[in-house]
Amino acid sequence: MTTSTSGSAVERYKYDVVVIGAGGAGLRAAVEAREAGLRVAIICKSLFGKAHTVMAEGGVAASMGNVNENDGWKVHFRDTMRGGKFLNNWRMAELHAKESPDRVWELETWGALFDRTKDGRISQRNFGGHEYPRLAHVGDRTGLELIRTMQQRIVALQQKDKKQYGDAEKYIKVFAELTITEILKDGGKVSGAFGYWRETGGEVAFEAPAVVLATGGIGKSFKITSNSWEGTGDGHALALKAGGSLIDMEFVQFHPTGMVWPPSVRGLLVTESVRGDGGVLTNSEGKRFMFNYIPEVFKDKYADNEAEADRWYTDQQNNRRPPELLPRDEVARAINSEIKAGRGSEHGGVYLDVSKRLPADVIRKKLPSMWHQFKELADVDITQTAMEVGPTCHYVMGGVHVDPDTAAAVGVPGLFAAGEVAGGMHGSNRLGGNSLSDLLVFGRRAGAGAAEYVKAMKKRPTVSDKAIKSAQDSLDAPFNRKSAKKSDSENPYTIHHELQELTQSLVGIIRTEKELKDALKKIDSLRARAAKAKAEGGRAFNPGFHLTFDLDNMLLVSECIALSALNSSGVTRWTHTR
Amino acid sequence: MARKVKMRIWRGDSKSGGFKEVTVPANEGEVVLDVIHRVQATEMSDLAVRWNCKAGKCGSCSMEINGKPRLACMTRMNSFEEGETITVTPLRAFPVIRDLVTDVSFNYKKAMEVDAYEHPEELKPGQARMQQVDVERSQEFRKCIECFLCQDTCHVIRDHEENKKSFAGPRFFIRMAELDMHPLDKLRNRKRKAQEEHGLGMCNITKCCTEVCPEHIRITDNAIIPMKERVVDEKYDPIRWLGSKIRKREGL
Ligand SMILES: Cc1cc2nc3c(=O)[nH]c(=O)nc-3n(C[C@H](O)[C@H](O)[C@H](O)COP(=O)(O)OP(=O)(O)OC[C@H]3O[C@@H](n4cnc5c(N)ncnc54)[C@H](O)[C@@H]3O)c2cc1C
Ligand code: SF4
Ligand code: SF4
Ligand code: FES
Repeated sequence: MTTSTSGSAVERYKYDVVVIGAGGAGLRAAVEAREAGLRVAIICKSLFGKAHTVMAEGGVAASMGNVNENDGWKVHFRDTMRGGKFLNNWRMAELHAKESPDRVWELETWGALFDRTKDGRISQRNFGGHEYPRLAHVGDRTGLELIRTMQQRIVALQQKDKKQYGDAEKYIKVFAELTITEILKDGGKVSGAFGYWRETGGEVAFEAPAVVLATGGIGKSFKITSNSWEGTGDGHALALKAGGSLIDMEFVQFHPTGMVWPPSVRGLLVTESVRGDGGVLTNSEGKRFMFNYIPEVFKDKYADNEAEADRWYTDQQNNRRPPELLPRDEVARAINSEIKAGRGSEHGGVYLDVSKRLPADVIRKKLPSMWHQFKELADVDITQTAMEVGPTCHYVMGGVHVDPDTAAAVGVPGLFAAGEVAGGMHGSNRLGGNSLSDLLVFGRRAGAGAAEYVKAMKKRPTVSDKAIKSAQDSLDAPFNRKSAKKSDSENPYTIHHELQELTQSLVGIIRTEKELKDALKKIDSLRARAAKAKAEGGRAFNPGFHLTFDLDNMLLVSECIALSALNSSGVTRWTHTR
Repeated sequence: MARKVKMRIWRGDSKSGGFKEVTVPANEGEVVLDVIHRVQATEMSDLAVRWNCKAGKCGSCSMEINGKPRLACMTRMNSFEEGETITVTPLRAFPVIRDLVTDVSFNYKKAMEVDAYEHPEELKPGQARMQQVDVERSQEFRKCIECFLCQDTCHVIRDHEENKKSFAGPRFFIRMAELDMHPLDKLRNRKRKAQEEHGLGMCNITKCCTEVCPEHIRITDNAIIPMKERVVDEKYDPIRWLGSKIRKREGL
């Protein structure tokens, strides 16, 4: 029998709802559950306010019609469905299109300060696949505004509780830098969650009848990605292990424009707003190649010549839009083809240039973090020269199979999922800006769904000592691994690295049956090696130990992606090209 | 082309610690965080360091590099001399947890003490009208990524644990200024509270906070000084006070 290496007893808490994830989706869910009168724990792997949502740049899509009054939920719905190749769950797309304006306005009542139109309303910008200017934004740091507003909303609610009850954490408590490793169950129903403090390695068990997964994406399974380290697919894996199912996992979005140089920032996102605000894509021959890649379904909406495309920036009623603004999968594939055909840029990308369209001071104002990012990380001044860009793994459309109205995970009573971890909303390809709105719309619905579920419940499930013991044992495993020879023990960093190489080359933008089968075999052998990865050192803030868990999740998620891709119909279904 | 760099990394916990030296390769275009990750992957698998985005957007990777508060993910290796030893230490103003990770909970406590935004009830969602010029002042402060480098560098608390109780620090002065300049916020006494409850008076405008801010927020010029000046106005000039109230309202 193993004894816990943490050396201290398991901390135990009881809540009505446990929200795993403090990105946009998790925080919005927590606010909703709190406002329904429930006690909520918010758990996150990083510090409060650092979740991946903070990186979102371009904006949040909502058909408020502030810039073009022809916009409305039906147009947004149509664009979303068309972008997702009609593989979206239509009910989710409908709820999303209908409710996102209210969710954005609500942020304003909590103190958010979006950029304004001339008449003082929330300004909206153009983005790929959206028929009208639709993205509410704050320069190119919209995600920061969203997360800060939600964070401050949580603080506001805590301040109220402090005034009223003398205890700020009576209803909402944030457990930061705590990783959940298991969803606990009691007789088929969710009864809580188990995890460890990153700081000390100490173990924590939460007893709660409802758990909301809001754990974000999976990007760290790929080598070239725009995602932060948190994107290790924990929620996808937790749901699967708890008996839930994942859908659409073959649909992984490769954003067309990531940085390609220098190598250490390869993959870092170059926001789509660069194209929305007039940036054009050219190859090494100086040609605007996107005109050659307009698919039949989009011919009525996209200009097939430069003159018309250029006129569109000033007159959108009478001209079709530039093909640089096609949905992401189209642009990513086009760039991929240009590079493969030998028309790539110096460092293996293509050129993206906004310097010829806008004056320097306007660029600095409209795209401040892009200016900053290129200046500081690549010594490139984007007001003077073109950027070099190429595709980067950005977002996973696939995720937990949920009921659209309540966000309840299908097949696991008490489990809910919202945000990037949930599947269905975006079909085979997500439009830019549709994630931030998704977080708010379905975060709120998950909070409400969980609250309703808890209130209707007669007898609460409990967490047994046995369940805790088994969760403890798995947590201890990486420390107890013994290998006969030192050379047999594995380094988790090396395995992670190999997994990233593998997914990138075999499960990337273009996939073949042979490569997918090959990938599955290799994932199997990596898993066998990962089972031997020993955590060195102690439990306190030990990244090597943390990685052994993240690695298990990434392996599982990568396997799901490869399997789904293999089982899908074999035709090009947008983002997933086989 | 890889070159070798010598890193001096502080390792330890709240009880004890010291410097460990390692020499690792550094490639073209890399930042300090890349090199720390290489150390982690090859030499010290349990080296504790916080980071998230590696893009200067989340404010997690704050540490002191050659004694200066910096973001490790935005400090490029080519900003050092060839052959220069790079010393990395945890933020000095906060208690060490392990290696480069510190306990920054002080900042979350201070955040809890700043009165939240108050929206005018009569303004229903979607009804707010504000001009871009009026939101821009507060937007500058909302760029803050909460890296807490300004908090770390401010001499009022850097070596004076005893001041922490009564001093909110530059990060929260800009938060108060942001709300004070917010065209819709209803709360009227923010400047005075900054002075009386959050220790604005202890700041003597050295501007060190502005210098380290990776978001280039002009903390002192645009937040602290105007608040200090207007506290004076507000205290002694009732007509000016009325004026500011009217100005704030006209955006509605
Ligand atoms: C660079 C970039 C730019 C983007 N720009 C846009 C944009 O302009 N518009 C748009 O709509 N979308 C954009 N996106 C996409 C969007 O930002 C994400 O899809 C979205 O933020 C995901 O939010 P979330 O709430 O689902 O999860 P996240 O924000 O990813 O948060 C996940 C949370 O779960 C926690 N967590 C995960 N696993 C565990 C665990 N095991 N235990 C405890 N906690 C855990 C994490 O700590 C974190 O708090 C962008 C993405 C990137 C990478
Ligand atoms: S200007 Fe004030 S707040 Fe900023 S570092 Fe100096 S004393 Fe601290
Ligand atoms: S004001 Fe600047 S230095 Fe201070 S926490 Fe914010 S971003 Fe960091
Ligand atoms: S890792 Fe996010 S700011 Fe450095």
